[in-house]
Amino acid sequence: MAARGYDDVVLAAPVTVPYVRYSTHGAHWFLGRAVAGLIAAAKIPKRQIDGLAVASFTLAPDTAVGLTQHLGLTLRWLDHVPMGGASGIVSIRRAARAVQGGDAEIVACVGGDTNHTDSFRRNTANFSQFAQDAVYPYGSGGPNTSFALLTAYYMRRHGATREDFGKLCVAQRTNALENPLALFKKPLTLADYLNARLVADPLRLFDCVMPCAGAEGFLVMRRGTAEKLGLPFARLLGAVERHNAFPADPIQDRGGWALDRDALYAQAGVGPDDIDFLETYDDYPVINVLQFEGLGFCPEGGGAEFIRANSFEVAGSFPFNTSGGQLSVGQAGAAGGHLGIVEAIRQLSGQTLGARVPDARHGLISGFGMINYDRGICSGAALLAAA
Amino acid sequence: MKTTKTKLTRRKSAAKANVRTPAAPTRGDLGALLVSGNFRLVDLTQTLSPDFPTIVLPPEFGQCRPFRMEEVSRYDERGPGWYWNNVSFGEHSGTHFDAPIHWISGRDLPNNSVDTLPIAHFIAPACVIDCSAQAKADADFLLTAALVKRWEQRHSRIPAGAWVLMRTDWSKRNDPVAYQNLDDTGQHTPGPDPDCVRFLVNERDVLGFGTETIGTDAGQAAHFAPPYPCHYYMHGAGKYGLQCLCNLDLLPATGALIVAAPLKILQGSGSPLRVFAIVPAE
Amino acid sequence: MAQVVKRPKRKNPVERTRLPTLPPATRSRVALGLTAAAARGRFELQVCRDCGAVQYPPREVCRICLSQRLFWRRQDGMGELISDTTLHAAQELFFRERLPWRIGDVRLDSGVNVIAYVHHNVGAPPCRIRIEAALDRSGQAALVAMPERGRPALSDDPKLREMTCNPRARKILVTDGKSAVGQAVARALAAAGADLIWIGMAEPWKKSAGFDALRELPQAKVVPLDVTDSRSVRELAGEIGGKVDILVNTSDCHRAFSLAARRGVETAQLEMDVNYFGLLRLAQEFAPTLKARAADGDANAIAWVNVLSVFALSNYPPHGTYSASKAAAWSLSQNLRADLRPAGVRVINLFPGPVDDEWDQLEMPPKLSPAALAAALVQSLQGSVEDVYPGDVAQDWLARNLESPKTLERELGEFDR
Ligand SMILES: [Zn+2]
Ligand SMILES: [Zn+2]
Repeated sequence: MAARGYDDVVLAAPVTVPYVRYSTHGAHWFLGRAVAGLIAAAKIPKRQIDGLAVASFTLAPDTAVGLTQHLGLTLRWLDHVPMGGASGIVSIRRAARAVQGGDAEIVACVGGDTNHTDSFRRNTANFSQFAQDAVYPYGSGGPNTSFALLTAYYMRRHGATREDFGKLCVAQRTNALENPLALFKKPLTLADYLNARLVADPLRLFDCVMPCAGAEGFLVMRRGTAEKLGLPFARLLGAVERHNAFPADPIQDRGGWALDRDALYAQAGVGPDDIDFLETYDDYPVINVLQFEGLGFCPEGGGAEFIRANSFEVAGSFPFNTSGGQLSVGQAGAAGGHLGIVEAIRQLSGQTLGARVPDARHGLISGFGMINYDRGICSGAALLAAA
Repeated sequence: MKTTKTKLTRRKSAAKANVRTPAAPTRGDLGALLVSGNFRLVDLTQTLSPDFPTIVLPPEFGQCRPFRMEEVSRYDERGPGWYWNNVSFGEHSGTHFDAPIHWISGRDLPNNSVDTLPIAHFIAPACVIDCSAQAKADADFLLTAALVKRWEQRHSRIPAGAWVLMRTDWSKRNDPVAYQNLDDTGQHTPGPDPDCVRFLVNERDVLGFGTETIGTDAGQAAHFAPPYPCHYYMHGAGKYGLQCLCNLDLLPATGALIVAAPLKILQGSGSPLRVFAIVPAE
Repeated sequence: MAQVVKRPKRKNPVERTRLPTLPPATRSRVALGLTAAAARGRFELQVCRDCGAVQYPPREVCRICLSQRLFWRRQDGMGELISDTTLHAAQELFFRERLPWRIGDVRLDSGVNVIAYVHHNVGAPPCRIRIEAALDRSGQAALVAMPERGRPALSDDPKLREMTCNPRARKILVTDGKSAVGQAVARALAAAGADLIWIGMAEPWKKSAGFDALRELPQAKVVPLDVTDSRSVRELAGEIGGKVDILVNTSDCHRAFSLAARRGVETAQLEMDVNYFGLLRLAQEFAPTLKARAADGDANAIAWVNVLSVFALSNYPPHGTYSASKAAAWSLSQNLRADLRPAGVRVINLFPGPVDDEWDQLEMPPKLSPAALAAALVQSLQGSVEDVYPGDVAQDWLARNLESPKTLERELGEFDR
């Protein structure tokens, strides 16, 4: 049975709490600044926000519940979305249904984390029971280990090269140079990429996201609400999520998108050819390639050929991670799953901080998260359109 | 069962017949000597230490536990202002006293355990028989009655109630291995032969017999008839033993008084003790 | 290709002795099943009693049918290395100090994936491998992909060598060389390439031909040690404690028999004094220095071995007080293990069945020869285990005890008096 569409649900008020490599603030500070940014952007009093979806790794021991009291929010709808890089997409789906059904009028979706000097190690060490029991004790590489194994396998199986992944990373850096909030300010050459310090064979330094502190947020409401508030917005055409897809695959060389893309495009009423830009979850380049394939831009295993046939700058043949993506902006924990959404809203509502994709009508955002053991468990995608 | 009982009864009466209280030095003699200050003291005691060897018996037998010391506190959190130890040891460890109850032959005598011994026996004259040359030449050297009589000819008749101390200089063997002097036929240390012990008990009515070795008996005395004659006859007659003595070479052949007072252990068969000699000046 | 382990260079007195670091030790309770098996040298995985599914990582319920009836079953470990990586960055100090590390993703023939260390003799993926369960320096199970063919030792790979306590080039104290077992152990350690073996000698006046023959071993150095004497233990620890890499506690006293066979407690006290208090004295005097030297380069302190007895598992009435003393020692060894674990020093316990010596003379065969016990001891150091049950009797008792401790107790109580 096909899922019901999202009618007139829209996304507005794209907000970024500027990223810093390390912060002495707690996660509550970043999430609080994000909510403050949303209120300021929407020019509404705090009490008008009646729904909240939160994603954060470093909020512990609090959850979204604690955050309501911390921020003095009285809400009639609340969700905590602990799905890492998929939590932005999942927050959209939850919030959209809430406003559609009248359970809330304006839902703030925020994702953010702080980063102290030792927080990444702590988060990795306790990431999941399976990771703690069966991955972290083997070299404590964290996600580097997992993605190195997936990358090495993909390269061997499908003939992708480091140059292919490098092309994506270089393009993202080019996009990031236009984004004043990106932490990486220097151009990246393919040689820089290829010769960078080895991290976990075959991954080198620029294959790996840099953990940092920051937050992203946006509002979900009905079109009428946005118009009444005078807010530019992007329309939600469709959204999917999937958890623990293909558990029998010996190693992850596809994600849940393969199961859901047909439903997504059917719900949205557009196809891959109509997409003007793509924002993927990009903590490591190999996962971008799985998203290209899973979302139907190229066949499974055809990622390398697709990369060679396209250019990925904002002005390129396949505009991709137009703000620079996490690899060039930074990975502010759970905000990484919201980064692409916020950028897509900016692109489609004319509020870009950096370069703008000309005449962008449709943007596709994809999320991926939670290497619980040997593979990412959560995947999702949302298709947005300009007003 | 009946036979055993008869035997034991006979042994008991035989032992009783031999008991005679040795003459103690008179209070006046000793008092005058101490007041005069005209004497020297000789410590005959080995230091009680964990590595001092004890008698070796086949391992399936019960064993004499060597001296052990566990610290209770040493000005530390276990006792901030004081130092002390708990010690444990077999009754027959280190320089020690053997009471009659130690041996089966003396088990039924009156006042045969260290807590009931007549206190008067704790000071007694000593006759020191120098066997050091013979013991040096032969680890299994045995003191005979004939040799004792020859000693008496040179010195004086052994008085009743005196300690007979067999000087062998064995205590000068500082290496415990040489001191024990074991091989696979057992221990090789000097001691008295059975006839000698009978002579000292029956003819001289000594207070007891003392040695520098582990055991008042010779190392090979398990093979004598009876086995361990010094223990058997001495204790059977209510006499005592002193073992692991040292500094016997500092004593005159006669004239020294031995102070040997074992711990007052309820029903104790012996005990380590501090033994010293009061030697009047020449 | 076996790596030649050289005698470590002498310590540079100017440099600070490094402090021990450990691989992450936290595991969920259910995951400790893997460690429990690895401690005995076995690779076991959870299996569902209802549907037969094998699973990893360990779970609370079956991933297929959600049954809670799970048990641990021995695995052959055969599978395929499907991907590997060499880590050049790590988050934990232990790994960071030892980079790089080769890690692989393995698909077992049983249909589950394991992340594992990869032995350097294993070729590039895809290739067939065999998973072994070892213990890392935290004492937790660590899975290692070994070549499918050939049996290279863990210690052939310099990274994995730290999962073993290989006696080669090590300085080792054998606490009692007077017993047949102590002598066999000293000889076996010498044959395994120990650099120096201090051999403890209590009551030096009690001579034995076997002990005197040990002096001819070029590595042997006889030292006075009586574990019933606190001072003796303290003095030896003061003299050599800072050099011992491996302590092998062979001190053993087996004298009293069944409860009724010996009046009084004196002999039982002696057994306790050697078997239990002896271990306590050794632990108090030697453990602190072992801990301090746990990261002292290649000449670090790595292991403590106790020769216990399978009688420790369940009282064997013909050797009742001895069983009790060994049970006490076993219990204390667990304390010692917990104490040494933060430094990464491994405590290995051996639980032999009856040994072919004078004290087990009346035990029926099969009996373990001292040489076989010593071989098992050396093997346990060369491998990566904590608990060793050498010989058929020990294996039999272990199996019966795992099945039902109460049944074993009843069966052992039925001996001929
Ligand atoms: Zn005695
Ligand atoms: Zn099942």
